[in-house]
Amino acid sequence: MPIHPLLVRICHWTNAAAVLAMLFSGWRIYDASPLFHFRFPKALTLGGWLAGALQWHFAAMWLLASSGLVYVLYGLLSGHYRRRFLPLTLGAILRSDISHLSHRPGNYNPIQKAAYISAILLAIILVLSGAALWKPVQLQELARIFGGYEGARLVHFFAMSGIAVFALVHIAMAILVPRTLIPMFTGRA
Amino acid sequence: MTKIVLAEALPRKAIELIERRLFLKRSMSLGALALLSGCDITDSESVQRTLMAFSKWNDKAQGLLFNPDKLAPTYPESAITRPFPFNAYYDEDEIPDVDGGNYRLELAGSIRDKRTWRLPDLYALPQVSQITRLICVEGWSAMGKWTGVPLRHFLERVGADLSAKYVGFKCLDDYYTSIDMASALHPQTQLAFKFADRILPPEYGFPMRLRIPTKLGFKNPKHIAAIFVTNRYPGGYWEDQGYNWFSGS
Repeated sequence: MPIHPLLVRICHWTNAAAVLAMLFSGWRIYDASPLFHFRFPKALTLGGWLAGALQWHFAAMWLLASSGLVYVLYGLLSGHYRRRFLPLTLGAILRSDISHLSHRPGNYNPIQKAAYISAILLAIILVLSGAALWKPVQLQELARIFGGYEGARLVHFFAMSGIAVFALVHIAMAILVPRTLIPMFTGRA
Repeated sequence: MTKIVLAEALPRKAIELIERRLFLKRSMSLGALALLSGCDITDSESVQRTLMAFSKWNDKAQGLLFNPDKLAPTYPESAITRPFPFNAYYDEDEIPDVDGGNYRLELAGSIRDKRTWRLPDLYALPQVSQITRLICVEGWSAMGKWTGVPLRHFLERVGADLSAKYVGFKCLDDYYTSIDMASALHPQTQLAFKFADRILPPEYGFPMRLRIPTKLGFKNPKHIAAIFVTNRYPGGYWEDQGYNWFSGS
C-alpha cells in the first residue's frame, strides 16, 4: 500500500497547479479594484492585465473544481481522510511542541492534520464563494450565505489569504524535509 | 534507496521549478502581447489560444446556466450608491455631449420595422423602474435605480427576430457590445432613460443606455445610437480585447 495512492498524487499536483494559477491570477484581479489599502506586486501576478488574469482565473477554476471534487470525494468515500486525519483533538494540537514535530511520511502529526483539514475546508469555501462572485444572480441563494456579492468578495479574499499562508508553509516544509516530498511523486518513502 | 531517489528527484524538482518560472514569466507578458498586434511568439500564441478556447467554453457554460426567469435581487431606495461611480474606457472630460433634439436611434439587422426613433417616441413607451446592483468586471459594485422600457417590449414592438442569436449595440462614444438573445429578453433588461428618477445625465449615458442586471457593467452600453439583431457574432469593444463575451452575473 503506497503512502500516497496514485489518485491522491494526481489530484495533489493538479490541485497545486490550479491553486497557484488561481492565486497569481486572482491577485491581478484584486489589483483592478483593491478591497484594502494595498496592491499585489505586478511581478507576482499572472495574466498581464485584468482581461488576461480573468481568462486564467476562469480557465483554472474548472481544473480546481473538478480535480478538487475528485480529491474530496475520494478522500471521504475511500476512508483516506479518516485514516490520515483522524483521530484529531484540540488537546493534541495544543500539546504539540512545534520545535519537535515528527515528520514520518504517511503518519501526520496533529499540526499537519489540522493544517491539511483547514486547507481542504478553505479550498471548499474559496470555490463556493468564487462561484457566488461569478454568478451572484444565477447563484444568489449561495451568494446570500456569504452576505451577498460584497460579502462573498471578503470571504473569497480571506479564504485566499488562508490558502496562501498554507501554501507558503507547506512548500517551505516540503523543501526543509524533502523525504516527505518524494512520496508525493513516487507514492513510496 | 532513498538516497538514490533523492539524488534523481532533486534536480528534476529544480528543473521543474525553473520551467515553471519560465512558464510564469512568459505567461505574465501575454496580456502585454495581446495588446500588440502581429506578434508571432508561438508559445504565447498557443497559450493564448487555449485561454480563448476556455473563454468560449465559458460562454457556453454561462448560456446553459442562465435561467431566463431568475430575477436579479432588487433593493430599497436607501441602498442607492451616491454618488454613483462614473466608469468608461475614457475619462470624464471625453463624455459625449449629445443633443437630445437631434438624437435618432437607428435599427438594423433582423428587424421588421427599421424606422428610426426620436427621443419623444422612445419616452412614450411603457417604462418600469428597478433598483439593482451593477457589478463591474473590476470587482467593485454599486447600487442604482434605472427607469426605462423593457428591451423585450421594444424588440417585440419593432418586430425583431427573437429567434436570432445576438442583439448588438453601437454607441455615440464609439463603444460597442453585444448580448445573447435570451439575456436580451430577460424581464429586467431595459433600455434606460432615467437614473435615480432623473433624465440620464451625460456621465451615465444620455439619452439612452442598456441596463442589464444579469450581466457585468461593461455589457451595459451608454449613449446607444443603433441596435441590431443578428446571427453573426458581433463581439464588443472590451470583448475583442479578451474580456469574456457572455459575462453573465
